[in-house]
Amino acid sequence: MSLWEYANPVKFIRTTDKVLPWVWALTGICLLTGLVWGFFFTPDDFRQGSTVKIIYIHVPSALMAINAWLMMLVASLIWIVRRHHVSALAARAAAPVGAVMTMIALATGAFWGQPMWGTWWAWDPRLTSFLILFLFYLGYMALWEAIENDDTAADLTSILCLVGSVFAVLSRYAVNFWNQGLHQGATLSLDKEENISDVFWLPLLVCIAGFVLLFIALVFLRTQTEIRARRTRALLAREGQA
Amino acid sequence: MRALLVRDLMLAIRAGGGFGLGLAFFLIVTVLVPFGVGPQTELLSRIAPGILWIGALLACLLSLDRILALDWEDGSLDLLATAPLPMEGIVSVKALAHWITTGLPLVLAAPVLGVLLSLPVPAYQWVVISLAVGTPALSVIGTFGAALTVGIKRGGLLMSLLVLPLYVPTLIFGAEVARRGAEGLTVQTPLLLLAGISFGVIALLPFASAAVLRINLR
Amino acid sequence: MPELGKYAFAVLSSYGVTIVLLSVIVLASVRRARKVRAALDEIESRRGS
Repeated sequence: MSLWEYANPVKFIRTTDKVLPWVWALTGICLLTGLVWGFFFTPDDFRQGSTVKIIYIHVPSALMAINAWLMMLVASLIWIVRRHHVSALAARAAAPVGAVMTMIALATGAFWGQPMWGTWWAWDPRLTSFLILFLFYLGYMALWEAIENDDTAADLTSILCLVGSVFAVLSRYAVNFWNQGLHQGATLSLDKEENISDVFWLPLLVCIAGFVLLFIALVFLRTQTEIRARRTRALLAREGQA
Repeated sequence: MRALLVRDLMLAIRAGGGFGLGLAFFLIVTVLVPFGVGPQTELLSRIAPGILWIGALLACLLSLDRILALDWEDGSLDLLATAPLPMEGIVSVKALAHWITTGLPLVLAAPVLGVLLSLPVPAYQWVVISLAVGTPALSVIGTFGAALTVGIKRGGLLMSLLVLPLYVPTLIFGAEVARRGAEGLTVQTPLLLLAGISFGVIALLPFASAAVLRINLR
Repeated sequence: MPELGKYAFAVLSSYGVTIVLLSVIVLASVRRARKVRAALDEIESRRGS
């Protein structure tokens, strides 16, 4: 019994079918508790007022935006090295979810920045690198859509994912450098973890768990869909030949 | 390899698109910017280094699909793939040819266009140097994008979407060199980082481009 | 409803946008899953019979 058994599509579908209801249920519980707890039952911060409540969405979604790309990177590597189709499809399935997480992180960041920094958008290093990450997601998804042959698409997108990861890290440092060059030391970003107290930390933890579970559930579901869609195409092609 | 380079250069010159189009595009971008932001000299000279960099980048982007698409259509790419040359060599030569026909003219044209944007005097040398160091990276990264989308009909727009985010680090450091040069600050750090990106990309990315091209030729 | 003070707009719209975007991705995924599943079942039953 090894992990690679789940690379078998049938086995993957059977297992995830069994697991999925539980994951969905846990996702619902965690997200509901976390968000309701965060929204209704946490005190306001003495400096940030009620905007501190945005943290319960902003931080988890930003975390997942990066982790989704990391997961795609790992899945792409597995596809390149071991050529398991499920892995390539899982990477494809994760991309839109990651893009949505990036969008949420950017949008909530803008809503928080508007009253706190007095601007919707600042060319702060973190914001800029998230925007670039979003562009990477768009390109990755567009490439998947554009190529008809499934295996070619999987190969090309996984190489794009590898190269993109290197460039994403490069951009992160470049952007850091560029912004410090613009206005020295005037960082707008608050250090969020440093002086956070348990009152905020616990519901945040629950929310993070909820977002992680939601991501897992969505990726399982979407991977199943991709497997089925590919099987449908294959069967249709066979019928067309007969 | 030299024969391939000469062939690509000859094709670019005879077809006429290589040198002319990129340069004309560069010229038009720099002419359009003052129309967009107004003719105030001090404003223009502040943003001039950035405009020149963005113009060069877009002109580069415009000519990318010529790198491989023509050879793909008439089948000479398949021939090249069966030739004893390694694929990595082929894509490197292609990138070099693209740089000679597009990047180099842009570098040489930049100071002339700088006059139009009233580029500050100390900035001229840094704009030229940063473009000279940075445009090879643009060509190599562009070849990767062209290799990714070579099999796709009407892949031009998609290629732009894929390539532009990859251009971000190069653009940031390149424009930073030019900007700091214009303000008379020291340029050593961004220039070294820009050179680092160029060399790293030239050394490593042809492997990725070659792998992608092999997949596409399967 | 907690007292949100002068930042009510920022907080509420953040939660609103998040809920909308998350529902969009979840609903889109579920709908596509159903559609593809139905299509596959249809073909497989056709082949089986």
